[in-house]
Amino acid sequence: IACLVMYLFAEFDDAANLLAANPDATTISIDEPVEIPKNQHSHRQEPGREEDDELLGTDDSDKTELLAGQKKSAPFWTFEYYQTFFDVDTYQVLDRIKGSVFPVPGKNFVRLYIRSNPDLYGPFWICATLVFTIAVSGNLSNFFIHLGKPTYHYVPEFKKVSIAATTIYAYAWLVPLALWGFLMWRNTKVMNIVSYSFLEIVCVYGYSLFIYIPTAILWIIPQKVVRWVLVVFSLCLSGSVLVMTFWPAVRDDSRRIAVATVATILLLHALLAVGCLAYFFDAPELDIPAPIIPAHNGTTVITKSH
Amino acid sequence: FPGLADVSISQDIPVEGEITVPVGSHSPDEDYSTLDEPVKDTIMRDLKAVGKKFVHVMYPRKSSALLRDWDLWGPLVLCVSLALMLQGGSADSKDDGGPQFAEVFVIIWFGAVVITLNSKLLGGTISFFQSLCVLGYCVMPLTVAMLVCRLVLLAGAGTVSFIIRLIVVGAMFAWSTLASTAFLADSQPPNRKALVVYPIFLFYFVISWMILTFTPQ
Repeated sequence: IACLVMYLFAEFDDAANLLAANPDATTISIDEPVEIPKNQHSHRQEPGREEDDELLGTDDSDKTELLAGQKKSAPFWTFEYYQTFFDVDTYQVLDRIKGSVFPVPGKNFVRLYIRSNPDLYGPFWICATLVFTIAVSGNLSNFFIHLGKPTYHYVPEFKKVSIAATTIYAYAWLVPLALWGFLMWRNTKVMNIVSYSFLEIVCVYGYSLFIYIPTAILWIIPQKVVRWVLVVFSLCLSGSVLVMTFWPAVRDDSRRIAVATVATILLLHALLAVGCLAYFFDAPELDIPAPIIPAHNGTTVITKSH
Repeated sequence: FPGLADVSISQDIPVEGEITVPVGSHSPDEDYSTLDEPVKDTIMRDLKAVGKKFVHVMYPRKSSALLRDWDLWGPLVLCVSLALMLQGGSADSKDDGGPQFAEVFVIIWFGAVVITLNSKLLGGTISFFQSLCVLGYCVMPLTVAMLVCRLVLLAGAGTVSFIIRLIVVGAMFAWSTLASTAFLADSQPPNRKALVVYPIFLFYFVISWMILTFTPQ
């Protein structure tokens, strides 16, 4: 069972079967020492790296915790250093995405899925997909809303892609940086039991953005109510992942600071969603969708008045 | 030397052989200096290599020619022609139009570099320029699609022409993705094939979208 070969795009069924076949993979870290079998399990997946891990002594769960931020042994100017951030298999990425979309109450995303192996693959490509999904969906949605109006001429609005890219990548990298800096600063004042490395925070933020991809596609529907319901729904899902991750890191602090931190996290997340909706998707002006009359060149079309 | 008195070489076994020192590797291309050949031969040789690669993309089979003798002429020609054909799109204001030449160029090359880096970081065994070569050559079906789209748009811009363009671009997008996957998938570790193929899919999807949404002035 050590050899897991997945050639196809694994559906969640396959991933679930995998987890069922290896029950220790889903063991919840109610008490931390249970992490030992999980680490050994992950060792079996990557036989090539076993020597490195043994050298680093990461068989021990305590050392794993301590070395969480220092697993990379190669110097930062070599290629191998960056390869350690992409040390994930297909099923691991799919598991992490599933964990961000279906948050289990009480379980910490970082402890459960990332487990000292933060990757940059997920955050980077989820952000890239989100950028293009928002730009394409916004363009499509505007096209359908304005279809049939005689003054409307379709434009691809390509500049919006660069704006979307800047916004989303800035959010996915600068907010974790600020949060990490803030948590480190609080760590000097108050001893927190749980602390995260910068990469783990980037990982959580990246994977929590995944839910916005199907949301952006569904935003094509030109109904205000539908769009706002989608915003609230996706905000609840990804917001809960973030809250459950970061609440243990701040709950030892003073009450006001803890609540303020979590509130700021949620506020920024909501701001991103609402801002994208407002900027990339034109408001549907009609409460009742007008009948779509295809516009041909040279013919005038009489539209329904609002 | 008293010890050597016991050593005797049998007279029955002749010692024979050849002592030749190989002077470097003799590949067929280097048997003669290419400095003296006519310019036409040089150009034709490179053109034939590029043409052979185009044929390999059109009928994607597992062949090492595309990978072993990589070159970037084909990708450059394809990228420039695609970027040129995407010009002249309609724009209400300066900001609203389709992608400019530089944007298309940057997207194709930067996208190809990022995908190559991604596959190398995930543990792929293909070299940097080989991967760039494959990704660039597999843009060819989409360039053909762009050509077809421009011709269809000359005839009119109604719903029928849109459906034709959609089918053509969709088919070429599938062809591009399958061709590049056929060349690149073998060099990836088996657990991560999907992780490597997905960015390629995204890359060609973005290019297809740019082609499909092109509207003339």
